[in-house]
Amino acid sequence: MSSLGRIRNFSIVAHIDHGKSTLADRILEATSTLSKREMRAQVLDSMDLERERGITIKAQAVRVDWKGHQLNLIDTPGHVDFTYEVSRALQACEGALLVVDAAQGIQAQTLANAYLALENDLEIIPVVNKIDLPQADPDAAAAEIAELIGEDPARVLRISAKTGEGVEAVLDAIVERIPPPSGDPEAPPRALIFDSAYDQYRGVVAFVRAVDGEFRPRERVRAMAQGTTFETEELGFFSPERSPTPTLEAGEVGYVITGLKDVSRLRVGDTLTSAGRPATEPVPGYKEVKPTVFSGLFPTESDEYPELRDALERLKLNDASLFYEPETSQALGFGFRCGFLGLLHMEIVRERLEREFDLDLLVTAPNVAYRVLTKAGEEVEVHNPAEFPREVERVEEPYIRATTIVPKDYVGAVMELNTERRGRFHHMEYLSEQRVLLAYDLPLGEVVYDYYDQLKSRTKGYASFDYDLAGFQEGELVRVDIMLAGDLVDALSVIVHREGAYARAKALVDRLRAEIPRQMFDVPVQAAIGSRIIARETIKARRKDVLAKCYGGDITRKRKLIERQKKGKKRMKQVGTVEVPQEAFLAVLDLNGSSRS
Amino acid sequence: MTARYLYVHLPFCARRCGYCDFVTVLGRGDQHGAYVDALLTELELERGSLAPALDTVFLGGGTPTLTEPGALRRLLEALPRADEVTIEANPETVTPELAALLRESGVTRVSLGVQTFQPRLLEVLERRARPDDVRRAFYHLRDASFDNISLDLIYGIPGQSASDLERDLEDALKLGPEHLSCYELEAKPGTRFTYAHGEELVRQAEAMEGYFERVVEVVTGAGYRWYETANFCRPGREARHNLGYWEGRDYLGLGIGAVSTVAGRRWRNKPSLARYLAALADGRRPDREVELLDAVTLRQERLILGLRLDEPLPFAEVEPVLSLDALGRLERLGLAERRGDGLALTVKGRFLGGGVTAELLA
Repeated sequence: MSSLGRIRNFSIVAHIDHGKSTLADRILEATSTLSKREMRAQVLDSMDLERERGITIKAQAVRVDWKGHQLNLIDTPGHVDFTYEVSRALQACEGALLVVDAAQGIQAQTLANAYLALENDLEIIPVVNKIDLPQADPDAAAAEIAELIGEDPARVLRISAKTGEGVEAVLDAIVERIPPPSGDPEAPPRALIFDSAYDQYRGVVAFVRAVDGEFRPRERVRAMAQGTTFETEELGFFSPERSPTPTLEAGEVGYVITGLKDVSRLRVGDTLTSAGRPATEPVPGYKEVKPTVFSGLFPTESDEYPELRDALERLKLNDASLFYEPETSQALGFGFRCGFLGLLHMEIVRERLEREFDLDLLVTAPNVAYRVLTKAGEEVEVHNPAEFPREVERVEEPYIRATTIVPKDYVGAVMELNTERRGRFHHMEYLSEQRVLLAYDLPLGEVVYDYYDQLKSRTKGYASFDYDLAGFQEGELVRVDIMLAGDLVDALSVIVHREGAYARAKALVDRLRAEIPRQMFDVPVQAAIGSRIIARETIKARRKDVLAKCYGGDITRKRKLIERQKKGKKRMKQVGTVEVPQEAFLAVLDLNGSSRS
Repeated sequence: MTARYLYVHLPFCARRCGYCDFVTVLGRGDQHGAYVDALLTELELERGSLAPALDTVFLGGGTPTLTEPGALRRLLEALPRADEVTIEANPETVTPELAALLRESGVTRVSLGVQTFQPRLLEVLERRARPDDVRRAFYHLRDASFDNISLDLIYGIPGQSASDLERDLEDALKLGPEHLSCYELEAKPGTRFTYAHGEELVRQAEAMEGYFERVVEVVTGAGYRWYETANFCRPGREARHNLGYWEGRDYLGLGIGAVSTVAGRRWRNKPSLARYLAALADGRRPDREVELLDAVTLRQERLILGLRLDEPLPFAEVEPVLSLDALGRLERLGLAERRGDGLALTVKGRFLGGGVTAELLA
């Protein structure tokens, strides 16, 4: 058993593609946790082995030995929407490696992660990676990172995770610079849940950092915030294969097999304690994560609704932050209103549904949660534009603090975009002579609409972007409804700022006119705020729709033509009196900025 | 049930027009006699499907009038008598001799494939006749005392302007035919024509949308009755044979590619000339595709075809295959209407007949 003094718990944080996973692999190699050959062989074998033993999920924390010390490397989720999860994983550590690409320098995610690490009082070990690259500028990158965290540039490590150069120095620095965990081995047991996963054989597996006391198998345990209780089936750690242990002690990192069948019963950030000898105070920092971005998901073929339901259920097993409830749209039929932690989370879910479950989906324009005070004096939170009250006293919308880092030549372009999106300038900072950080407060609702694509194209892809939620603020928001031949198309309603309403309404109306085939009568396409029409187009009626002659009694062919026409009609969605093809919805929803790249 | 309507397919053509996707055979002058023999053998084999007295006989093609005159005369004289005997003719084939032959052999009605009077557009269609051929053919037929002549026009030809159409209608009406058929050109997938002109047709589609309205306006304005979607006639001069199809009558078809419908059974002869000749030379029926029509299908066809006519069709006959919801909606839109015990499309509805019918079907 390691005493507390010999334990080091750490994470690696980095901007995407700056070398986080390569460095993790090198650490496993350098500590002989895995030989180079085993790296491949063993990981593959272990998949089968693990399956036999009845557990299939990947390690979220790996234990390695380095010069008589037990190092626990804790993995963090890769992107911005999971800030809360990242912060809980960091809370389980005492230190973090902050990795920066020697060619690219600090990026938006580097900053976000560095700030998170600082907030959690972690010892930060700055690492400049990829020094072997021809275009690397390790001095510049080291200067930036030292400046950022207030460190002596000489203490910035310079490595190449690819070649392995400098990796041992990293391990030494972990032992030397990161403090050992503090905790009371004698106190009632407490453990922080920093991640969880669902295994089809064993149920929910919680990844935990033991803070005080000691946990044992076959012990009654309680999650303090949610009140869930269960008996620990097995405790252990990954190295990287699963290694059951008789105890999990203060300071250690490992897993707990709970036997629970529902991942939502154990939330990240909650504290486990002994049911028999409970702690009085949980580990601080727990909060319930709430979805921030919402959209409707509908199967393009209405008979795929059961498949969509099953797929969402299965995703939810491993993703407690995914929220969904049935939604019925007059225009799109049966589907689900889903809530996501952010746009990227939404994209991930949508991609998994389409790729892993082979579903064709119609996704309505993403929107945010609005806090509405109705004229009747009632306060409601609205997640669906179709439920947004037409008469409102006051509306609040969520804001974010957005951080954008760009080469200085694109500062104007970003400012222009942010201003168009009702952003308020917060501050600007030169990270180096070339690179500038811009901080803005932006309504999240403006970011879910086509913002990433715009940012990318206006900065030629050089901008990096990150954000934190920054509370609710009042906004002059209106609901714009779309009507076809006088009938409301519920799925196309959007909430927009009053100033942008006309442009948005016109774009929607134009697109619908172009996409909806002409009908047997004139179809007015209107956009309205309340009862006031703000944009209008007309789809002119067809003037001719007849089949040509039938020669020599070839009636079967004629009948089949009509049958085909009939089938074509059946594939359309009937909105009031108007037949709207699936493609029209897809086109319009695409315009709504579900930015697929 | 036996058929009172007889169709005879004469597939021979001098050449194939680019837009045509009917069963045709080029040249083969030496086989015309054998083909007529085969037709007559098939007629004997199917005699049991024919009523003792026929209403109509229709000779379609191909270019029936290209058939070698001796063989054509032999055929016409051997076919059963009927009140209406129609033959399709290409203008350039109509000589005074041919007109006299047709008259003498019992033909009562000639349908002339004019298509257009504009030389430029005739070339686009790859037609052989020139505008003067049309007029000449028409006069030859009148001289042979044909008092029931129909002209076929095509509109929507690539490059056809609105004034081209006006001139075509004017030229056709000037001749004073008893009957006019006006079809929009169909660019059928796979034809040489679609390959050459498909894009142009798409480009001018919107401009041409008004052509149909204009045809109806001009032709009815000249006193013709718009009795079927694409057909117009002087009073009492409907094409009785085609009316038989539209009213759901049984008919017997002879020849390659010909379709018959008798007593709920539909069959279509396969298009191979050689196999057809061989089978009938052996006294066997030619190869056929057979389709059995159940009561529902027959009613659906009754609806699909019957709604092409200006006269209402008996509501009770089609009610089982109707969507009454759709009917209500279409009535409100002024596209369909109940008239007494009948159902018909309004004038507005007839312009949209395809879509309206598709919607009406349950």
